[in-house]
Amino acid sequence: MSSIGTGYDLSASTFSPDGRVFQVEYAIKAVENSSTAIGIRCKDGVVFGVEKLILSKLYEEGSNKRIFNIDRHVGMAVAGLLADARSLAEVAREEASNFRSNYGHDIPLKHLSDRVAMYVHAYTLYSAVRPFGCSFILGSYDKDDGPQLYMVDPSGISYGYWGCAIGKAKQAAKTEIEKLQMKDMTCRELVKEVAKIIYIVHDEVKDKAFELELSWVGEVTNGRHEFVPKDVKEEAEKYAKDSLEEEDDSDEDNM
Amino acid sequence: MLGEAEPQWISEEVKTGTTIIAIEFNGGVVLGSDSRVSAGDSVVNRVMNKLSPLHDKIYCALSGSAADAQTIAEMVNYQLDVHSLEIDEDPQVRSAATLVKNISYKYKEELSAHLIVAGWDRRDGGQVFATLGGLLTRQPFAIGGSGSSYVYGFVDAEYRRGMTKEECQKFVVNTLALAMNRDGSSGGVAYIVTIDEHSTDEKVILGNDLPTFFDQ
Repeated sequence: MSSIGTGYDLSASTFSPDGRVFQVEYAIKAVENSSTAIGIRCKDGVVFGVEKLILSKLYEEGSNKRIFNIDRHVGMAVAGLLADARSLAEVAREEASNFRSNYGHDIPLKHLSDRVAMYVHAYTLYSAVRPFGCSFILGSYDKDDGPQLYMVDPSGISYGYWGCAIGKAKQAAKTEIEKLQMKDMTCRELVKEVAKIIYIVHDEVKDKAFELELSWVGEVTNGRHEFVPKDVKEEAEKYAKDSLEEEDDSDEDNM
Repeated sequence: MLGEAEPQWISEEVKTGTTIIAIEFNGGVVLGSDSRVSAGDSVVNRVMNKLSPLHDKIYCALSGSAADAQTIAEMVNYQLDVHSLEIDEDPQVRSAATLVKNISYKYKEELSAHLIVAGWDRRDGGQVFATLGGLLTRQPFAIGGSGSSYVYGFVDAEYRRGMTKEECQKFVVNTLALAMNRDGSSGGVAYIVTIDEHSTDEKVILGNDLPTFFDQ
């Protein structure tokens, strides 16, 4: 669906003759250039996995994280322009904090997702500003409502999901996610599968080194969003690497 | 004429002198209030319902300045309407209580009202919150208003955990009757509201149907 919108693509306040807002579509392309992030909802929680490309060996490990904490019970994984994403994370944090201040309890995830989506949408209405160049996935767990997963894209729409992927390998990641029976899995099982999917969709040729970011929120963390503990992460990465080797081996056998 | 004082009801602030009470049982709450509104020594309304709805299953009991209490209740009723539309579900009792508390605390120097918030929601069942002075605390039961001073002993002695809905209703009626007997600023009829998962039930008990004690 790629086309040039000559003349109708200079500002977000202009429709093209075929009813498109090109600035928003270009913003979505910016997300597609970024490395992949996935979020999957299972029986008792939500797991996020991000393929964080390392552009230089001089980078400090763990810097420029792409998974954020929004309040204790909500996590956010992003793809696209990282600076835009950071500013939206602040917006989400303020929304969650104000809600708690006004109403005395944790913000329901659907409401947070609606509020941030409305904010993102506002930037698609005016020529004085540009749309946000990032998509993000929000996840939370609550003992009454269970696990929840929502994704917001630069157009300002929010969708609820069982599993979703954003970034350059989102199609490949979606295919892998669809193979999972996530509704029957626990977080501990899912963590390994998420690591595996990130390793699968990572392109060794085009992008060299990457760092895997894993986080979860669920019954296993008592409803708090946290980065996956080191030992669980190592086990998940080992499982991912071993699964890939197995697939490589089996490919050779078929020859 | 020189030296002639005007009637109190012209100059005195209208207060809901009041006795109010709310108590939680397994599956709901019972709220109760008297019906006297006084301006100094004059009773300006003898049948006022001080149990005000904030939402379908959340009520508050008003005490202190009638105007302040009613205004807070109306504001929170509006805010909860908007809030429940935004989150697309029934609001939590805690949310209602927090909204009341936020107003009571922010304007505590200007306002003179104490609201007890009680109701039922699907997460935590029946809940009672006290918001006196701008604090927020959940309690098994709460009493308030000028008449409450006379019944602290009674409620402390008679309250037991695990009372049924009917026992709670009797507890509320007895407490109100005792307070209305002794407090000059409380009297009239007793209003009782019972809220549970299935229904919200409002009842009036007329003066001569209230329980009587040794002196009657």
